[in-house]
Amino acid sequence: MRNDINEAHDAEEDIYSSGSDESKKRKVVVPGEVIVSGEDYLPGEGAKRLGENIISIRFGLAEELGRVIKVIPIFGAFVPRRNNVIIGRVTDITFYGWLLDIDSASSAFLPIEESPRFVNKNEMEQFLAIGDVVSAKIWSVKSKGIDLTLKGKGLGKLEGGFIFRVIPSRVPRVIGREGSMINLIKDKTGCQITVGQNGWIWIKGDNVDAEIKARKAIEFVTDKVHIEGLTDKVEKWFEENK
Amino acid sequence: MEISNLTKETLIRMFKEGKRFDSRQLTELRDIEVSYNVSNKAEGSARVKIGKTEVVVGVKMAMGEPYPDSPDKGNLTVSADLLPLASPRFEMGPPDFPGIELPRLVDRIIRESHIIQLDKLVIKEGEKVWTVFIDVYPINDDGNLIDAASLGAVAALKNAKIPMLDKDGKIDYDKDSKESIPLTKDISPLSFSFFKIGDSVILDPTREEEEAADARITFGISKWNGQYVINSCQKSGEEPLTQAEIENMMSVITKKFDEVTQKLKKYI
Amino acid sequence: MAKEKESSFKRSDGRKLNEMRPMIAKVGIIPNADGSAMFTFGNTIAIAAVYGPRKLHPQHMQNPQKAVLRCNYDLLSFSVSDRKKPGPSRRSQEISKVTEWALSPALDLNSFPNTVVDVQIYILQADAGTRTAGINAASLALAHAGIPMRDLICSVAVGKLDKNLVVDLTKEEEDFEEGEGATDFAMAKIANSDEFTLMQLDGKIQPEVINEVTKLATEACKQIYEVQKKALKDVVESNGGKK
Repeated sequence: MRNDINEAHDAEEDIYSSGSDESKKRKVVVPGEVIVSGEDYLPGEGAKRLGENIISIRFGLAEELGRVIKVIPIFGAFVPRRNNVIIGRVTDITFYGWLLDIDSASSAFLPIEESPRFVNKNEMEQFLAIGDVVSAKIWSVKSKGIDLTLKGKGLGKLEGGFIFRVIPSRVPRVIGREGSMINLIKDKTGCQITVGQNGWIWIKGDNVDAEIKARKAIEFVTDKVHIEGLTDKVEKWFEENK
Repeated sequence: MEISNLTKETLIRMFKEGKRFDSRQLTELRDIEVSYNVSNKAEGSARVKIGKTEVVVGVKMAMGEPYPDSPDKGNLTVSADLLPLASPRFEMGPPDFPGIELPRLVDRIIRESHIIQLDKLVIKEGEKVWTVFIDVYPINDDGNLIDAASLGAVAALKNAKIPMLDKDGKIDYDKDSKESIPLTKDISPLSFSFFKIGDSVILDPTREEEEAADARITFGISKWNGQYVINSCQKSGEEPLTQAEIENMMSVITKKFDEVTQKLKKYI
Repeated sequence: MAKEKESSFKRSDGRKLNEMRPMIAKVGIIPNADGSAMFTFGNTIAIAAVYGPRKLHPQHMQNPQKAVLRCNYDLLSFSVSDRKKPGPSRRSQEISKVTEWALSPALDLNSFPNTVVDVQIYILQADAGTRTAGINAASLALAHAGIPMRDLICSVAVGKLDKNLVVDLTKEEEDFEEGEGATDFAMAKIANSDEFTLMQLDGKIQPEVINEVTKLATEACKQIYEVQKKALKDVVESNGGKK
């Protein structure tokens, strides 16, 4: 079973697995709302200081880490970062490489030199045609666009199976602490699963039923907001949905 | 994201086994919800939800001249606007083909079923008639807009009232009207769009399934005196349909018509 | 001045002079959108959807420093008594633009250069105050979409009926003809600040009364902010955060 992709991810900032007390209820805040008052606090990402107060500049969950107040968005576009592993679909073939749709506002480009093995300029379409899917790593993010690479363990063209989308902010919990959630789903369904940081997920199983079940399990995970004991809930789900 | 090659191949495989991601049968419909009164300014209006697909339809009436070739009938105009609100795929600006096709399909279903008694909408023959405007707006496109829109049009008509006229014969929209728009008793046309994906034919696709379709055929069907009647039909897409497939659709469509009509009796 | 006259003037729906119509706000009504919301003032119903940040074509319209905010406001044909022909009108184009100016000061668009944030606002049922309901819905949809914003935007129309200042006029009130007639002042502000981002006035009003108007708008906006805040929090608490 291929476990490589998920380990290739950096430990993404996750409100649900940051190692703090699972039962600590974080406060939902909206833009302009006062989170805390006091000179001692420092505004982190998603917050700013306005006079006495630290206010939120996002719709998200406010979190206190020491004296730093952060607001982690609950919803929001995928923000591409270097080393993110993503899943993308080829939309165009140019002279120098492939253009991919990775569900990001910036365009994503895979240069021909970044294929896993040598690809001749005449063979580009044979290797990756329009509509084909890859798991790739973000090599650089510039205002002009994103550059991708297929060089790396677990990266490359994906064959068979299907892809579907979840909200990017839910990706960390689909993976789970050290891959615990995704591994549970893989074990229970026998499917290969690759989770892209951009919210695209690839599933391939031995049969249709397994593939459908794996997708449903992931959607069960992403639909929940309150995640206390989520792993247990998913185990129970598998029991009920044999 | 538009459909990827591998997802399409998987869908084809799945449909061959009679399976779908949401556990429905190939010809099983999602839950349908209908409600009236989207706008109190409309002569009639309805909201239809099929699964996550949502469409609102409004009926407005105005006075105008009859068409030259039908001086003894009221006018019917159906429009649809694929609001960019409803899908990341819809853009501002002039409509592309789906935006042009949708109102025409709904128009045919309404017109050919004769659900509206256009001959009862004449004020002065040859000079002044009522024009019925049916305006369709998708609010969320998760597949099968055509069937949802057609159902919405019928539901909106079923609760539409002719506006009152003031003493000078001009429309007074503020007055509460009691007179329903003249509809043919017991006629409630429905639209069923069959989608061909690989070798399988399905009903009521989600957007993901619809994107994998190679062909679509939409039928308008109603029942006259206990007899099923197909009023309209349009095939689109490049893939041909076989005789066997069409025959199968005809046996499915009558069952589905009864099923939906029964479920939504209250609204249509 | 205006306060003494307050007690004798009666609004046709029985509201107090500074009372808004019942407001309903709901977030997450359009699953396909990145953010969406509905906002009503009495019989005026607005829905808004936000898509973005996403790619902007054609390329020459892109801004290398920040995301472009693109607003589109329109009435559905059957939202008004006299059917509105589908297609943008001058009025809807103007409202689209002032809506864009009303919303953008609160947004931090610098983190998404070369992209566009599309805001779509449609009125399902119109009974005056449509642009204000639209802005309130759009503000919610933008927050729901996770767009960084330093505050929400609140919008309300303050008016004058003869000499009486009122908040949130109905269409009937806009048509008021006695005495000095009706004056209608649509305003929007950055919720927890004193910054106004939308100001559109039609009617007759003395300069000194404008100060009263802005005070009324500020008070009203405080209430609108609470309604908006609750609508956003309900998304998380009730339906599991599903869009």
